Amino acid sequence: MNTITLLVFDGLLLISIVSLAWAALATRDARRSVILFMAFGLVLALAWGRLLAPDVALAEAAIGAGLSGALLLAAVSEQPHAAGVVRPSISQNPGRAGTRTAVRWAITLLCAGLAGILGWALLQGLDSSARDTLAQAVAANLAISGVSNPVTAVLLNFRAYDTLLELAVLLTAVLGIFALGQARPGYQCAGPVFDSLARWLAPVLVLIAGYLLWVGAHAPGGAFQAGATLAAAAIVLRLAGRSHIGLPAGGSLRLVTVAGVAVFLLVGLVLLLLGRPFLGYPPAWAGALILVIETAAMLTIATTLVLAFLGGRPQALWREPGVRRDAPPASDAPGAAAPANESAAPSLAAGTQEQTRC
Amino acid sequence: MLTAQWLYGLTGCVVVALGLRAALLHPSLLQRIVAINVMGSGVFLVLIAVAYRGPGVAPDPVPHALVLTGIVVAVSATALALALVRRLRAERNDG
Repeated sequence: MNTITLLVFDGLLLISIVSLAWAALATRDARRSVILFMAFGLVLALAWGRLLAPDVALAEAAIGAGLSGALLLAAVSEQPHAAGVVRPSISQNPGRAGTRTAVRWAITLLCAGLAGILGWALLQGLDSSARDTLAQAVAANLAISGVSNPVTAVLLNFRAYDTLLELAVLLTAVLGIFALGQARPGYQCAGPVFDSLARWLAPVLVLIAGYLLWVGAHAPGGAFQAGATLAAAAIVLRLAGRSHIGLPAGGSLRLVTVAGVAVFLLVGLVLLLLGRPFLGYPPAWAGALILVIETAAMLTIATTLVLAFLGGRPQALWREPGVRRDAPPASDAPGAAAPANESAAPSLAAGTQEQTRC
Repeated sequence: MLTAQWLYGLTGCVVVALGLRAALLHPSLLQRIVAINVMGSGVFLVLIAVAYRGPGVAPDPVPHALVLTGIVVAVSATALALALVRRLRAERNDG
């Protein structure tokens, strides 16, 4: 491809990115906004491909556009009005309205100024030369990292701390979601077309997740992309109205939710006991250790994303042998937040009845 | 300095500003969450542009890893924010 063609492609891509971002944020219709945001994510994935970042492109398409979009759409569909919650204007007083317009303009100008400063700083940074030291360090040590994909080497070996903390962030988010309420009720049974699509799609997605996990060692892929794909399989089943979407129940669910952080920490501590630095893998074992950590991380990421899609504590969390198996969902549970649950209980029961038919 | 670097980088700055403005001004909570995600994407655009080294040259993998981490953290923050919105709505409906 010659330079001019590439420049035209860049121009079109960047114009689409800016206009999709603008359109997604300018509308008052929440559903339209979310769908435009998903389109924005997919065009962005093209840009990552153009800038030779295939790992990021895969993650953006699967997580940034796909799963964020699914989470946001599920939230939009729960809204009382399809147009979204638009606050009533504070007052009809013309003086207040004038102040509001002034504030809007001030914020707009500040944001424009911020863009200007950021752009200036970026151009200054791009001009300076000596900035390839990190890239050179990665290239020099890639041979002893246990993997040959430099991005995986950075994520799981050179900067393994960051990834450990990232998994801790995921765990914190799940705990927050659990604390805030119960899971949404399930969806109605899908029609024959979507049902057979789900039947075919779910195993293919599981297979792709396994492939992405394995291939991440030497090509674009890895635990994040694999976890997102695995989560997508469960979400497709959930949308098709299935009650069993592959999430474990009870203790196993809790175990798989913490597995990423736990296995990561365990590896680090065992290495510490063996006299190596925390998470400083011996080169001979690095490949195997990275695969173990990535497998646990994939399961945890997938579980986290599915739990995020459910939007709260799943009933399965409490469904342990002999404990409240036939009880109605938590409406009389001690210590449960009563108001939210009472309103949720009838629809939950209805959802369960519908699910039994799938 | 490569043309693609500053083209994509400056676009990233514009996207950050668009997202920040909407996050501060939009009346709908849900769309403020979308706006924060757009803002994050702008930051990712700057980082990936900085990592680019031209066609046929291996880019810097460190910003790529940062962005991968960022994407996952962004989705978990979005999920928590949405759960907060959901709870807020339930509380408002009761009171």
